[in-house]
Amino acid sequence: MGLLVNEPNAVKAIKADVKNFNFYYGQKQAVKDVNFSVYQNKVTALIGPSGCGKSTLLRSLNRIHDLYKGFKTEGEVILHPEQINILDKSIDPTFVRMRVGMVFQKPNPFPKSIYENVVYGLKIRGLKKRALLEQKCEESLKAAGLWDEVKDRLDQLATGLSGGQQQRLCIARALAVEPDLLLLDEPTSALDPISTSVIEDLVIELKNKVTILIVTHNLQQAARCSDFTAFMYLGELIEFGETNKLFTKPQNVKTENYITGRFG
Amino acid sequence: MANGNSSIISGYDEKRLAHVKRRESWVAFILFLASLSTLLTVFSIIVILVTESLPFFKTVSIIDFLTQKEWTPLFDQAQYGILPLISGTLTTTWVAMLIALPSGIIIAAYLSEFIRPSLREIIKPLLEIFAAIPTVVYGYFALLFVTPVLQKFFPELPGFNMFSAGIVMGFMIIPYVSSLVEDAMRSVSKEVREASFALGASKLETTFKVVLPAASSGIIAALILSISRALGETMIVAIAAGMQPQIAFSPFQAAQTLTAFIVQVSLGDAPHGSIGYQSIYVAGLTLFCMTLILNLIGFYFRKQAQSK
Ligand SMILES: Nc1ncnc2c1ncn2[C@@H]1O[C@H](COP(=O)(O)OP(=O)(O)OP(=O)(O)O)[C@@H](O)[C@H]1O
Ligand SMILES: [Mg+2]
Repeated sequence: MGLLVNEPNAVKAIKADVKNFNFYYGQKQAVKDVNFSVYQNKVTALIGPSGCGKSTLLRSLNRIHDLYKGFKTEGEVILHPEQINILDKSIDPTFVRMRVGMVFQKPNPFPKSIYENVVYGLKIRGLKKRALLEQKCEESLKAAGLWDEVKDRLDQLATGLSGGQQQRLCIARALAVEPDLLLLDEPTSALDPISTSVIEDLVIELKNKVTILIVTHNLQQAARCSDFTAFMYLGELIEFGETNKLFTKPQNVKTENYITGRFG
Repeated sequence: MANGNSSIISGYDEKRLAHVKRRESWVAFILFLASLSTLLTVFSIIVILVTESLPFFKTVSIIDFLTQKEWTPLFDQAQYGILPLISGTLTTTWVAMLIALPSGIIIAAYLSEFIRPSLREIIKPLLEIFAAIPTVVYGYFALLFVTPVLQKFFPELPGFNMFSAGIVMGFMIIPYVSSLVEDAMRSVSKEVREASFALGASKLETTFKVVLPAASSGIIAALILSISRALGETMIVAIAAGMQPQIAFSPFQAAQTLTAFIVQVSLGDAPHGSIGYQSIYVAGLTLFCMTLILNLIGFYFRKQAQSK
């Protein structure tokens, strides 16, 4: 399967390079020889039908798979500018996760106060000064568009927030530690349309601060929020390119079928 | 079914539905009886405790009972202050909890987060054996082994003392604590753990900063249950802590607990209806009230946790 790439015309800084990436759950290969680049301060969307390996790929980028057994990866994911291979077993997964943040499909706040949720990563990184933590907490909640809704109840349990608020809290929590790369795995699939559009606006706004890789089933969302789109099908990367080109002039018939809703 | 497919597809067969309904109501009735029988048992225990205790309080005023500092109901010059027995009970209990709670939680954290699954299969049954040992054995172990060993370090320690009884009781309770806390920890969702790891936390940080706090309601339940267990424990304290009712808050003394007193009188020959005989029920009622208060506190905490 030839990979069709409509190369971006301007040269852009690259945050991460996925090279010849293969992923196996036991014997089963879930991702097959995937190559693409994640551009700095851009939003890259990963789309494709259910089970095509989007989450598997995304979760490799912060080594979450390392928590479980029975998987194998091949290839490289180079994180720039340090030029380290994220997948390298000799690299501590914690080191990778310190730079690559993640927001999950289901909002998963800790059963702690809103404040404690946001500063958790900072405390893990050894920050202790209350004043600094409070300042970072406020900044992150503002960046996640949640500050006005929760500023008077930072000491209340985060699990008492609405689903959309919880997800924005999870985004704030990930932003607080200023990651180089932020992974979002279907962050709006459990949310109502209003919360969804709030988070979509947020994604667009956030790219000034952080490089974003977002998995989504929602093609409008991909078209609206992302600069680049990667279309995966049955574990393979079928097409990767600038979002507007991929959606208006797809090069591969499978991509065309998918975005026109003929399958998937 | 005789009348063919149509009734299966429409799902409507009056005879069958009536049959299912009848069967369900029978099952519900049997279940009701089963739960009623436990309720009745508990209720009759309370009724007996109270009715048998009432005559006692005709002779002894409640005030004296709660404030007098001596408990000698079997003597000619009888004194009826319950405080000595309460102090013995509380002292052995806190010593036991001091052992059982931290070690139980650490073992639970290890079993739930760190251990290899194959090793867990070996360790868990071993822990359960602790709970299967008869308490008499624990009692003599405390008296004949732990006390002499402790006396090497604390030469003044009397042969009967609450310290070794409490320690051994603590070890006996560890499996209760660890299994309850482990269940609570394992029910913390994978997603919450992943969130912590994704933020760069280590396994130790995730366990103690996220999983354990998330399991706090289970930990409170474990605390309540194991304190109740310690309050009610009988053989170990009867054998190793001594039989002298005295107000003692230092575990390095001998003292009698509520339960040990009950054993002592039951084994003796206090005649039915005598005040010595009634005092057993009074001690039992006191113990019951203590565990009841404890459970009410636990209930309050659980309510608090839920309402948040
Ligand atoms: N833990 C696992 N063990 C074995 N196979 C798995 C595991 N997780 C996922 N898979 C398989 O790997 C393939 C890719 O799964 P993945 O979750 O990455 O898909 P996805 O594109 O994220 O799908 P969705 O859009 O439904 O979330 C699927 O066929 C799935 O069944
Ligand atoms: Mg997925």
